[in-house]
This record gives sequence, structure tokens and C-alpha cells, in this order.
Amino acid sequence: MRIALFVPCFVDTLFPATARATVTVLERLGHEVVFPEEQTCCGQVHANAGHRAQGLRLARRFVRVFGDEDAIVAPSGSCVATVRERYPQLAEEAGDEALLADVRALGPRVHELATFLVGVLGVEDVGASFPHRVTYHASCHGLRSLGAGDAQLRVLRAVRGIDLVELENPTACCGFGGTFAVKNAEVSTAMLGAKAADVITTGAEVCTAGDDSCLMHLGGGLRRLRAGVRTMHIAEILASTR
Amino acid sequence: MSFAAGAHDALGDAQLRANLRRATTTIRARRQDAVDEVDDWEALRERGAAAKDRALHDLAAQLELLEASVERAGGHVHWARDAEEACHVVAGLVRAQGADRVIKAKSLTTDEIGLNEALAEEGVRAIETDLAELIVQLAGDRQSHILVPAIHRSRAEIRALFAAELDRPDLSDDPAELAEAARLHLRERLLTVPVGISGANFAVAETGTICLVESEGNGRMCTTLPEVLITVMGIEKLLPRWEDLPTMLELLPRSATGERMSPYVSLWTGVHEGDGPRELHLVLVDAGRTDVLADPAGRDALRCIRCSACLNSCPVYEHVGGHAYGSIYPGPIGAVLAPQLARMEEHADLPFASTLCGACADVCPVKIDIPALLVHLRGRAVDRRRRLDPEGLAMAMLGRAFERPGRYEAAQRAARRGRGILAHAWRVGPLGAWTSSRELPEVPDESFRAWWRSR
Amino acid sequence: MTARDEVLARVRAALTDRPGAPAAAPGAPPRPDVRAAAPGTPPRPDRDLARLFAERAGEYRATVRHATPATVAEAVAAALAARGGHRVVAAPGLPTAWRPAGVEVVGDDGLTPVRLDALDGVLTGCALAIAETGTIALDGGPRCGRRALTLVPDLHVCVIEEEQIVASLADAFRRLRPESPITFVSGPSATSDIELHRVEGVHGPRTLEIVLIAAGSSGGQVSQAVSSASAPGRT
Repeated sequence: MRIALFVPCFVDTLFPATARATVTVLERLGHEVVFPEEQTCCGQVHANAGHRAQGLRLARRFVRVFGDEDAIVAPSGSCVATVRERYPQLAEEAGDEALLADVRALGPRVHELATFLVGVLGVEDVGASFPHRVTYHASCHGLRSLGAGDAQLRVLRAVRGIDLVELENPTACCGFGGTFAVKNAEVSTAMLGAKAADVITTGAEVCTAGDDSCLMHLGGGLRRLRAGVRTMHIAEILASTR
Repeated sequence: MSFAAGAHDALGDAQLRANLRRATTTIRARRQDAVDEVDDWEALRERGAAAKDRALHDLAAQLELLEASVERAGGHVHWARDAEEACHVVAGLVRAQGADRVIKAKSLTTDEIGLNEALAEEGVRAIETDLAELIVQLAGDRQSHILVPAIHRSRAEIRALFAAELDRPDLSDDPAELAEAARLHLRERLLTVPVGISGANFAVAETGTICLVESEGNGRMCTTLPEVLITVMGIEKLLPRWEDLPTMLELLPRSATGERMSPYVSLWTGVHEGDGPRELHLVLVDAGRTDVLADPAGRDALRCIRCSACLNSCPVYEHVGGHAYGSIYPGPIGAVLAPQLARMEEHADLPFASTLCGACADVCPVKIDIPALLVHLRGRAVDRRRRLDPEGLAMAMLGRAFERPGRYEAAQRAARRGRGILAHAWRVGPLGAWTSSRELPEVPDESFRAWWRSR
Repeated sequence: MTARDEVLARVRAALTDRPGAPAAAPGAPPRPDVRAAAPGTPPRPDRDLARLFAERAGEYRATVRHATPATVAEAVAAALAARGGHRVVAAPGLPTAWRPAGVEVVGDDGLTPVRLDALDGVLTGCALAIAETGTIALDGGPRCGRRALTLVPDLHVCVIEEEQIVASLADAFRRLRPESPITFVSGPSATSDIELHRVEGVHGPRTLEIVLIAAGSSGGQVSQAVSSASAPGRT
């Protein structure tokens, strides 16, 4: 099928390997991947931080860019959650009935990667091989807004050679939370500390998740600690082959 | 004090953090066990949310019905527009009895309106009879949790407090012994003080019944033994029908303490001949609730039944405790209610004291979508700010960059060079706030879209 | 404008967007027995409810003793003896057959709280009991006594007939009436305020002893304090 790639702004700029890996996985499964180049950002930062007018503009823009696509996939639970939850909220608060209808129609067509693989394509084994000890962090938006935790674990378990070890508290928030990471940096750090300790205790070489925002924060902390644990997005693990 | 400042202090307090970690982990497990037992917990939550919505969406008529029902049953109903008026009404009722002391059951609403202080100014001593409230009162402290307000205090601290304030240097720090000391200290007063003050968990409009949920028995004492009972209640505590009570009673104890039922649940309807107080006064308090009600996107917060499940699931609360919020209502629901009740004039930083992780929404027995409310209140906070504040500027510039691919890509290139809006934007706070504990990510040479174009 | 007028005006003004109460939600369907049987299964005997009640009440550290209609007084006496209850007050309507020998049982002559405090315990029946939660419901009627009775003395011995046990809270509320003061008791008093460490026994009776009378043989009396299944009165 034709799949339109939605690449979050920070993935495009800071973690392009995640998006490249997403393309690899979807093409390996035989699908046609397109990248609408008009896209920029879904507006999550603005929408979540209370800058509603800008969030609304970016929501309208997103609808214009992706509105004609049937299947839109993003390697990010939080961005998909923004489209599915924040867009309707913004539209409703602005009293924009037309936008509300548009985003309600569009939302179900926008998918986080793992939920797309498992829920839409019916695939768990994507032909990946990654013989390393890996631990999985269940990013909050994917987990709670999209029910992605199960799908993400399923695709990971199907990776050949993977040694998946569980965190003691896989669903505890990592402490990133967008602007929270700098506006409430101390609490963010405390939460990061708890999560990092959990990761280190598993003895994993790699910590993975479905959101590069979490991994940027967690990875930044693990590197500061010189913990010797690297972070990788699920897409990159799924793209790995022998 | 700002949340960030309060959080800073709390994060440095190892004893507090150990207490909180233990407490919240324990309660979460108990809650889960209690919830797992219920056949269809989700359906129960729906019924609870629906019951509260029925009350809130028809509140004027329901309040009038409650008043009529209570008066028909021999009680008196008083109304208060704000905290000051509520305190004034209560003080007047107490003075009319010629009393200089009252016994109080735990009531967050009375704490919210500052009742004890107001009574003290009128020469009336309010004796807190709930163990945690007693501890807080003796320590001249503040509550830090909705359900267990003294959770920030270790047993050793309480031992020291009782040794000094109750003149009991003989006590060990064993919780059973401390509870016994409190019991003895309070007993004489509980049995003899003629005026009692309580809050209410619920009040049923159709019957005029007031419901109080508790564990210790001091609530029963304050509401049964005195001659005169004054119940202070926020207007949002109302339920329309008698059969709404069992729904809420199935939700509250499991969500709060992980019990099937709290040890004591008391229901009284007006005055009962020959049993309990001869006079009942119900004081209905607005104090900002109608402002919350008037915000269609915010009014769901009034469904809250004060179970504290959201506090116990919140990672932020687990790390910093209740004092950092600077409000009688801390944690996730506090981050919503406190600024709402203050019309965003105070506590405007609380909605930002969250990562929006959603753990709270999962456990709320009345399905309040707290993350959505937090985002809504952030919007209100931003709308109130001066237009030229640094964050506003940065957000505006970022927004502009995102409006056209050309501008966006230019910003990406600038970020690679370490300058420009993208490099700046996500360091909305000072750069130091990120790098204080984390390495910065590298900016790769080639963006995804540049790679896509080249393949 | 009075405070009342103003508050009501504010409430009305707040709801001009007419959120419109959803059509009155149907009352909760009668809850199935807590260990729900498959549809078509014949209803279980009360014995299962009694067993569940005893189990759940026991989890609150209330002691449950089993008796037959013939052995109630004996069981009550044993409960009192175990807890040092020599001088107790009885609910005014307590059946004579339930009164124990060898114990001083006083009547409730408008005893003050201080005088109640001087007694060892209180002896009552109940309005009903709830199996799912191990809860006793008291309604201030003759079998239960006024509320102060079951509050001040340190020991509460409560006699429950099996027929009085209902499955759930919703069932209980269908039978109880708001005209009476109602107290639900689920175990002895407790607090977890100190470091979340549960401590039994603060202000309410610190000891709760339950005597559960098995149904059958001598046609145990149905408590008069349990109302018929009509809805609470609306006037």
C-alpha cells in the first residue's frame, strides 16, 4: 500500500536515522513509501505548552499536507497522540467545526509505527535481526493514548537474536514532558535518575522506545553518567539485519 | 513560592522522598488489587462520571432540591459566596452556642477556606481530631496529601512532636503507640465538646442525606456526639439520587486506600430524633467553584471525589510530595483545581508541573481527563501573559519557522551550525536547564529530508 | 442579593452553554453475585453469601463466630468473655434470646458519652450486612440502637442473621431508607496516617466481634429494621 511518512521535526533534524529506518522497514515489507515534503511539524510543543493559536495554525497546516492520504505513519507515539487528541481539543476550544470534522476524520488514519505494523499490516516479524541485550521503555503517549505498548513489545520480541530484558518499571514516565524538561528541570532530572537507574540495573546495552523525545532525554542522561548504555529507536532495531 | 522552588526543596529531602516512594508504591499496589476484584471497573467509572455530571449540569435545581430536602428533615442550610463568608457563617453558628471550642473531623474544604484561623480570631479553638490533621496542627505545618496529610512526617518526627506537644516523653516511635497517644489525648474532648464541625464526601439532593467516609471513627464522633453539628461542603459534592451513593462508595474506598470499604461510612439526613445532634447546619460553599463550572473545558474537574488516586500514581508527586504545590489540593488534581479556583490569578505555574504522562487519567474513578485539563489551563495561563515574554517570542519564532518548508529547512541548517531558532527553540529555558543533567544531542550533518531527496 | 440568590445565579450563569444532563442513566442493574455465575445457573443459597461475608469481615480483623438460633446467647457470652466484656449496653430492641448470661447488660437510658465510655462494650443486631465488602449496616433502629452506642464503647459485639446478608452495596441501598441515620461498619477503626502503616483502633470500637446465626432450623427472625424492597420514600 501507499504509506505517507510523517517525520516529526526533531526526528528530521536530530534523529534522521529513525526516519530512514522507518522507510527501510516499510519498504522491506513491500510497501510504497512517500514523504510529503510540505510537512514541517505537528505543533506538539505549541499545543502542549498552551500556545493555542500557533498550535491551531500548525494543526490546520497538517490537515492540508496529509488530508488526502489514507495511511500516515510516524515513528513517534507523542506526535500521533497530538493529532488524535490535541487537535480535536484545539478545534473544539476554537469553535472551529470544520477543522474538528477534518481532524476527527484524519486522526484514525495517522498511526504510530508499531501499531501500524501489528494493527493494520498484521505483521509482527519484520525480518529484523539484532543480537543484543535490549530493554524497552514504554513511552507515555504511545502507551496510554494509543495503546501502543503491546504492539511495540510484539515487534521487538520477533526480532531474531534479541535478548529483551524488562525494566522494573517500564511504564514510569522518563521525565521529558516537552518544555517540562527545562521549565521543571530538577524534577525532570529526578525522574530521569530513577529511569536511568532502572535501565542500568537491567544490564542492557541498548535502551529502546518508540519516541526519540524520551530517548533524547534518557540518552542524554545515560551519556552524562557515562553509563555505557546507548539508546536506539524501535525503528532502528526493526531495520537491522544480519 | 513557585512550584519549581518548592520542588527544589523537596528533592533535597531524602527522608521525605523515602516516605513518598514507600507510601505511593504501597498504595498503588493496594488500589490495583482492590480494582482487579471488581467485575467491570470501567463500567463503574462511567457510572460515577455520569452521576457527577448529572449533578453538575443541573446544579442550580439540584442545590435547591438539596436545601429543601435537608430543611424538611429538620436541618438548616446556609450559603456562602466565598471563603470569608463561609468562615463568618460558621463562626456565627459556633458563637450562637456560646462555645469556645469545637471538635473537627478532617475536612479539606475547611482547610481550603482557612476556617481554623478564622475561628481563632473569634476566640474559638478548633480541635482537629483526625490523626494526621492533629499532627499537622501540633506541628504548625501544612497538609501534603489529600488522604494522608502527614505522609511527609516520619514516625520519629511524630514521636518527637508528641513528646513535646502532648507532654509524652515516654512514647516510642511505634505507630500503634503514637495512635494510642493521640486517642487518649483527644478522647475527653471528643466525648464532651458540644459543637462539632465536619465536611462531607457527598450530599444527596433527593433525600437531603449527607455522607462521610472515614477510617478512624473521629468523624462519627464529631457528627454524632455533639449537640450541634455544622457540616461545611463545597457545592460540587452534590449527587442527585440515593442510588448514586453506592456507585460512589464502590469507587472511593478502592481508589483511595485500596479497601473494599472504609471502616466507617456515615449517612445522616437532617436531624434524627433522639439520636445525634439536635441541630444540623449545612453550609454550602462556592468559593470559586462557579468559576470552574463556567468553563466548559474545565468543569469536569468538579467531578473530583478527593480519592487521591491521581496523587499516588503521579511520578512528579512521588518525587516532590504535596508541599511543592503550595495548595491544599496537591498533585494532578491540585494542579488543575488550585489555579481554577483562583481564576488563574494564583498557582498559574501548577499546570506546567506535569509531563502529561496520563497515569492520573488512567486511575481517576470519575474519569477526569486531567492531561487535557492541564493543557487547557496552560492555554489560559499563556493567554494571560505579557506578549513580549521570552518564551512567547521563542514560540512565535518557532511557529513561523514551521509555517513554510523553506523557512524550516533554513532553520535546520542554522541548527547544524549551532545557531538560529531550532537550536534555540528547544532550549526555551536557559541552556543550563538541559545540560545541568544531560548531554546535548548532536545535530547530524544530513537531515532526513535532505537524505530523502538525494536517494 | 442574599448569598443564596447570588450563588444560584452564578451557577445558572455558568451553565448557559446547557451541557444538558444525559438522560437519567438507568439505575445500576442488580449486581450479579460477586462470584458471578453463568447465565441460567440456579441462584446460589444464602450460605455462599454468608461464607463470603464471614471471609471478608475476617479480613478486616473482625472476629466471626458461627452460631445457630439456639446457641446465640452462648456465642455472645463467649465473645464478651474473650474480650473482657463484663458490663455492656444492649440495643433496646435486642431479642431476649440473644442476651448472654453472666454478663451485666444495661439498657440505654440516655447514657451520656462519658458514661458510655465507662462500659466495656455494646451488644447489637444490625439492619443488614453486605457480603462483598464484609460490611455491617446499622440504621439506628431498635436492633441497632442509637449511633453513640456503637461508637463509644471499645468493644462491639454484633449479631447478624444469615438472611440479613445481601450481596452488594447497591443491594443494601435498595433496602435501606434515608429517614434513619445509617452507619456502615467494615472492621474496627483504623488509621494509616503514620507512614502508611496501618494501625487498628483509634476512636471507634477497637474490637469488633461478629456472631453469625446460620439460617434454618428454628426459622430465624427477619430483622424488623430491614425495610421492604420499596424505593426510599419521596415526599
